[in-house]
Amino acid sequence: MKRIVAKEEYCMNCRLCEVHCLVSHSRSKDLIKAFRQERGEIVPRITVERLGAVSFAVQCRHCDEPACVEACMTGALSRDPVTGEVTHDPQRCVGCWMCVMVCPTGAIRRDKSGHVAAKCDLCLETGTPACVANCPNEALVIEEDND
Amino acid sequence: MRLLHRKQFPTSKDISGCAISGMMSEIGAPMSGEAIIRSIANMHDRSNGLGGGFAAYGIYPEMRDRYALHVMYDAIDDKQETERLISRWCTVYGDETIPTRPSALVRHPPILHRYFVNIKPEVMERFCDETEDDAIVDLVMTINNESKGGFVFSSGKNMGVFKGVGFPEDIGEFYRLDEYQAYIWTSHGRFPTNTTGWWGGAHPFSLLDWSVVHNGEISSYGINKRYLDNFGYKCALHTDTEVIAYLFDLLVRKHRLPFEAACLAMAPPFWPQLERLPETRRELARTLRIVYGGALLNGPFSVLVGHSGGMVGFNDRTKLRPMVGARKGDMVYMASEEGAIREVCNDPEVVWHAAGGVPIMAHLKEPEKVIGAEATARLKAHSCKLPAGAWQESPRAGRAAASVQ
Amino acid sequence: MSKRLVQAEFNVERDPERCIQCQVCVRQCSNQVHAYDEEAEQVTCDEASCVGCQRCATLCPTGAITIKKAPPDFAPDNNWTSDVIQNIYRQAETGGVLLSAMGNDTAKTSWWDNILLNASQVTNPSIDPLREPMELTTFLGAKPNAVELSFDDQGGPSLATKLAPQLVLSTPIMFSAMSYGAISYNAFESLARAAGQYGTFANSGEGGLHKDFWPHGPNMIVQVASGRFGVDIDYLKVAAAVEIKIGQGAKPGIGGHLPGEKVDERISQTRMIPVGSDAISPAPHHDIYSIEDLRQLIYSLKEATRYQKPISVKIAAVHNVAAIASGIVRAGADIVAIDGYKGGTGAAPTMIRNNVGIPIEFALAAVDDRLRQEGIRNQASVVACGGFRSSADVVKAIALGADAVYIGTAALVALGCHLCQKCYTGKCNWGIATQDPYLTRRLNPDIGARRLVNLLRGWSHEIKEMMGGMGINAIESLRGNREHLRGVGLSDRELSILGIKAAGE
Ligand code: SF4
Ligand code: SF4
Ligand code: SF4
Ligand code: SF4
Ligand code: SF4
Repeated sequence: MKRIVAKEEYCMNCRLCEVHCLVSHSRSKDLIKAFRQERGEIVPRITVERLGAVSFAVQCRHCDEPACVEACMTGALSRDPVTGEVTHDPQRCVGCWMCVMVCPTGAIRRDKSGHVAAKCDLCLETGTPACVANCPNEALVIEEDND
Repeated sequence: MRLLHRKQFPTSKDISGCAISGMMSEIGAPMSGEAIIRSIANMHDRSNGLGGGFAAYGIYPEMRDRYALHVMYDAIDDKQETERLISRWCTVYGDETIPTRPSALVRHPPILHRYFVNIKPEVMERFCDETEDDAIVDLVMTINNESKGGFVFSSGKNMGVFKGVGFPEDIGEFYRLDEYQAYIWTSHGRFPTNTTGWWGGAHPFSLLDWSVVHNGEISSYGINKRYLDNFGYKCALHTDTEVIAYLFDLLVRKHRLPFEAACLAMAPPFWPQLERLPETRRELARTLRIVYGGALLNGPFSVLVGHSGGMVGFNDRTKLRPMVGARKGDMVYMASEEGAIREVCNDPEVVWHAAGGVPIMAHLKEPEKVIGAEATARLKAHSCKLPAGAWQESPRAGRAAASVQ
Repeated sequence: MSKRLVQAEFNVERDPERCIQCQVCVRQCSNQVHAYDEEAEQVTCDEASCVGCQRCATLCPTGAITIKKAPPDFAPDNNWTSDVIQNIYRQAETGGVLLSAMGNDTAKTSWWDNILLNASQVTNPSIDPLREPMELTTFLGAKPNAVELSFDDQGGPSLATKLAPQLVLSTPIMFSAMSYGAISYNAFESLARAAGQYGTFANSGEGGLHKDFWPHGPNMIVQVASGRFGVDIDYLKVAAAVEIKIGQGAKPGIGGHLPGEKVDERISQTRMIPVGSDAISPAPHHDIYSIEDLRQLIYSLKEATRYQKPISVKIAAVHNVAAIASGIVRAGADIVAIDGYKGGTGAAPTMIRNNVGIPIEFALAAVDDRLRQEGIRNQASVVACGGFRSSADVVKAIALGADAVYIGTAALVALGCHLCQKCYTGKCNWGIATQDPYLTRRLNPDIGARRLVNLLRGWSHEIKEMMGGMGINAIESLRGNREHLRGVGLSDRELSILGIKAAGE
């Protein structure tokens, strides 16, 4: 499957991935509106971690054996057996935050609107992961991983 | 009147389109100038009446060992001045006015005179280990660059150049070329685009026994000229043709390269073609190209180079100007157009279009008989027994070879 | 503390309508111009330390930032300009030497702009490089005056001349000397990789060659400079050619100084000096006080490399450059590199950068003429450098007589350099002229190499187009071909030194 790979040696802590992830998951898809009007509701689904000079972006790894899917009691989280993508269905999510607790990479967050989880969906809606498309230094790349 | 043929060196490079034609008897059989005049006249429309000329080899058999200087003068006092210089350098074995036939079509000719000379032994001493040829080159450069109204337009042994302003056929009539007997004739009709006609500016351009007629424009002229400057050649005439003559003199006479190698240096194969050559030839062609970058002739051209031992025709490497070759028995023909050849030889055995950069060579078969032992020895030094194609066993040479069959 | 009089050089304007408080600018400015005020939940700024590198403006996702040169603050005066006054304030405050980086930025003419190129019309067909062959392959190294052949019994020719070692370039453009130390590891890697990918050469500069870069050796020219940093036999062996650096166009007669704080573990290995120690290159080579000494070094290097590699000598273009170049060629150099007064640097005293040396246009013309007059032009290739901004500059230089050019500043600009001229601060926001690990990662060598290759490809294509227009299909017919150059707005004297005619002649 396609995976987003972070190259920490070229991540420069600009956090534009976060900015564009948020816009990609906004209603307006407009930078300024998304931040001005929707910031209360949505969060970026990627987080840049930094220690000193080193930083890298973390988002859902789409685990082969996802702990979140295991923990999810409503079946809101599921793994597509063909593509291997782990997806989240907000309609089913009841906001129990079990997934948030079990995810080993801390890739699931609570949406600010309150009641559902938010995680990387590889930008299914637009087709191209916004973080990858907007990383100015190609520190995020999509790699096909055949294992 | 004088102004019309005042020795005038153009300030910028001469640009012209042209017709060229040449014929050679490889057994050295003498031919009158009548045929070459017909051949060049056949391409009348390629000239515009601003220049025509001829080179003829074998025309002064009694004076075979003397350099024949053909000189044009603006006025009688220029003649006296130049003659003083000539007699300081040379022993003069004979001199005369070049015979002409007045013609309404050839106007305002300069004073035309020829001298048969050798450099005086005491003058040779100044030239240390250089040869008499070098001294003649020096003399010609001195007269042409320094004397006010004298211009040497021919300086080889047993050969001569005849040129002027007019259509080539009229120039041929004017110089009475039908009365000369030569085993090589080359000719040129000129279509200059940026200079007014000047008698000295017509082709062939000649130095020693080199004569060059040329059609085209050399876009590498600027560097060829500076490259030659390194070796002491002063290109005063600002013509591409002059550059070609000097390059042949440098590469063949001074650097002792065979004609084929000289042509390979001046019109080298493109790098990918070169890389496809067999190992030994590749190294050779590569080295020639690297070392003689300054001698590479770029831009569209076809040239005929005459010398005592033969005639070389060659094109730029992309063949942007026409050049046709033909053979019948011991005769070799080269011209801009096939019609010019058929005009004088209506049943050639082979006719072919020269490939870009691959020279057409014509040689005297028994040079000793025609040009004597000494000149033959010199010629051998820069002749090569390999056929021209063997230097460039590349697809394009293949094509050339195939078409000769 | 007394009040500082130096005023801000740039105005940083932030459009409040656009700013989304994302703080990208805060994280990107190494000069701490932007800051985030947690309390006010507002990005703020202190423009006094802005160097105008445009990093923040480039990365701001909403385009909210505009960096502008601050208006001249002083009463208009053509002599006492703001720059002059500010410089005096700086020196009055510090008592130091003014430093600058990159090339001479004063308004003196670039003579390239006064030289125009030729093209064919009617009498000579122009050539379309997309459809017909157009050759840029360039050979650098000594060439004999003539080729000698020998013949076997059948008359088959073979070479009697053995050619001296040559560098083969697919385009007459190389990357000039920029040392690892002056530029970052990633910048160095980008240059080395691009040179290899495009078939040309990068120059290591005087700071040695880190072992990681040895695989790039076949496309590297390594320098031996007065500090002899990183020079050992392996360094010489691994490279394609060796260059003795005598001088640099940006600072003729001046040595170099890499401050100790930049000498980290990797640089210390590369330069072969202790971590944290200053790397000082003396002004002269202390074993070269004359041309004979240079000859000895040239031949020592030839011996060390078994006569397998061309030896280059790089000098700054100074007043009698032609005579010096001739001496260098006679001393045995295979390549002479001439660096004009617009050449770049990582750090130079401003007054020297702006006032010492002569323009490359004249230096090059004079050197080429001189070597030809002496009949030794074949003995060495001439490489011009110092401020080449475009393919047109390159074509003009080659037509004046250069075999190839070195580009430095243009290559860095391709990597993202915005010419803020603050390389010597070590805070390059573009990850180029810095060793700070937070900043160096900003230059991803995959991107860097790709951009450099694109630049080489673009320029080479333009060179081919210009040659095609002149009806020339091989670079050797452009080289030294001054017939294809004409001058505009130049005095007779300038024209005669450049050896070109005026437009219309
Ligand atoms: S956009 Fe790229 S470089 Fe910037 S923080 Fe994200 S991963 Fe790192
Ligand atoms: S959310 Fe966490 S546990 Fe679930 S697939 Fe992604 S990385 Fe794995
Ligand atoms: S980067 Fe632009 S949008 Fe973000 S805080 Fe700075 S000025 Fe505002
Ligand atoms: S120094 Fe560069 S990054 Fe910092 S504010 Fe100025 S322009 Fe922006
Ligand atoms: S390399 Fe960096 S510091 Fe130097 S001028 Fe360019 S952007 Fe500025």
